[in-house]
Amino acid sequence: MTLRKPPLRDVHAGEGATFTEFGGWDMPVEFDSIKAEHAAVREEAGIFDVSHMGQIQVGGPDARELMQKLTSNDVTELGRGDSHYSMITDEEGTILDDTVVYRLPDDEDAEYLFVPNAGHDEQMHRRWTDHRDEWDLDATVENVTDEYAMYAVQGPDAPDLVADVADGSVTDLSKFDGKYVEFDGVSCWTARTGYTGEDGFEIIVPVEAAQAVWESFDCQPCGLGARDTLRMEMGFLLSGQDFDADEDPRNPYEAGVGWTVKLDTEFVGRDALEGVDAEGTDEEFVGIKLVDRGVARHGYDVTDTDDHVIGEVTSGTMSPTLNEPIALGYVPSEYADAGTVVRVMVRGQSKKAKIANTPFLSD
Amino acid sequence: MSFEVPEDRKYSSEHEWVETTDGTARVGISDFAQDELGDVVFVELPSEGDELTQDEEFGVVESIKAVSDLYAPVNGTVTAVNDALEDQPELVNDDPFGEGWMLEVELADDSGLDELLTADEYREQIE
Repeated sequence: MTLRKPPLRDVHAGEGATFTEFGGWDMPVEFDSIKAEHAAVREEAGIFDVSHMGQIQVGGPDARELMQKLTSNDVTELGRGDSHYSMITDEEGTILDDTVVYRLPDDEDAEYLFVPNAGHDEQMHRRWTDHRDEWDLDATVENVTDEYAMYAVQGPDAPDLVADVADGSVTDLSKFDGKYVEFDGVSCWTARTGYTGEDGFEIIVPVEAAQAVWESFDCQPCGLGARDTLRMEMGFLLSGQDFDADEDPRNPYEAGVGWTVKLDTEFVGRDALEGVDAEGTDEEFVGIKLVDRGVARHGYDVTDTDDHVIGEVTSGTMSPTLNEPIALGYVPSEYADAGTVVRVMVRGQSKKAKIANTPFLSD
Repeated sequence: MSFEVPEDRKYSSEHEWVETTDGTARVGISDFAQDELGDVVFVELPSEGDELTQDEEFGVVESIKAVSDLYAPVNGTVTAVNDALEDQPELVNDDPFGEGWMLEVELADDSGLDELLTADEYREQIE
């Protein structure tokens, strides 16, 4: 399979980045060192190339109805320039993808823009067009993933940094607000969103301006390695790892994002999720801290103190900020309280661990 | 990118280095290996007295992004372990041929040293 390349793949390679396959894309995993990049974002600012994220625009008279019926959050709450985090679920309430839904200004061609995960853009485009046709809705659905680069500028210094480069104000944007802002003379969708737990912006850049805009930010370039450690410290889900519709099907309540489910709206999966909400879940997504030395990784078993397998680690690393091994995973609800002692099987060795509150980093 | 490959030691194809002095060998991983791994956060090593068998796993080095097995480059008995790596695993990145050493081994009669690569041969492998 040929890997899809972000527009600046060769520029990153020239800067000494190393690459990894992610969702069918050949993406920079590390520019300098994960620790250095992670620290830059927590303490100053860093820029990520997240062009592997999908971009799908939805417009037309029935755009709102289509978005409402295919995502779990309440789209009617979004004013112009607002956005929210949402789930895309199937009839059984299983998460197919998580996404941010943006409502665009009224002088744009499309009404909404949503951002599926890497490698999901074609599947979600098909899902939207198939349902549009099935429900006979008047809406345009355009997969524009290949027309845009996407960057995330994150960290405590990010607002000042982006304000210095932007032709127009950005610091007036509240969290999850967005607008079109010019960078290097090119209009880019700019929203105060991100997935690191820090303040910052995500900027969607037309491909022809990809390099000029990237180079206009004077901060640490960061790869997917740091993005992963940063999101893990916050307890944020990673598609394909912390949920996977095929290999590890999870509903939003199990995954700890039940707050994105608005049962007073009508969407695919709503009825199944109403049942889950009423009955509760057998398992919960939790934070885990290893007490013994070692690092828990995706796929490692979580056991009780008698070494009976009770769950599985879905993500794990050594937290660069805390310098402690942290992990995320699913355990039965009776084990989900913070402080509960469990064990994690690390390459055949049973290591003492504790359930922990997320985010692992407190303010 | 060019990596340091000191001439005064031998190398395994699995990227461990061996420096011998009077029947004792000091063992670590190469500059190339530490760079490939990235930030090392944890090193799991055997205990003093443990026997090493060439090409068999003897420990694990974990970086933030990956887990990698360590393979014994020689046959012998572990006589010392670099305890500093417990609290400072980053020494493997900072000084792989010096402070980041991992083990000292008393070489067995059939140490297997002859099967290791010279610096030139190893350089060819990683270039």
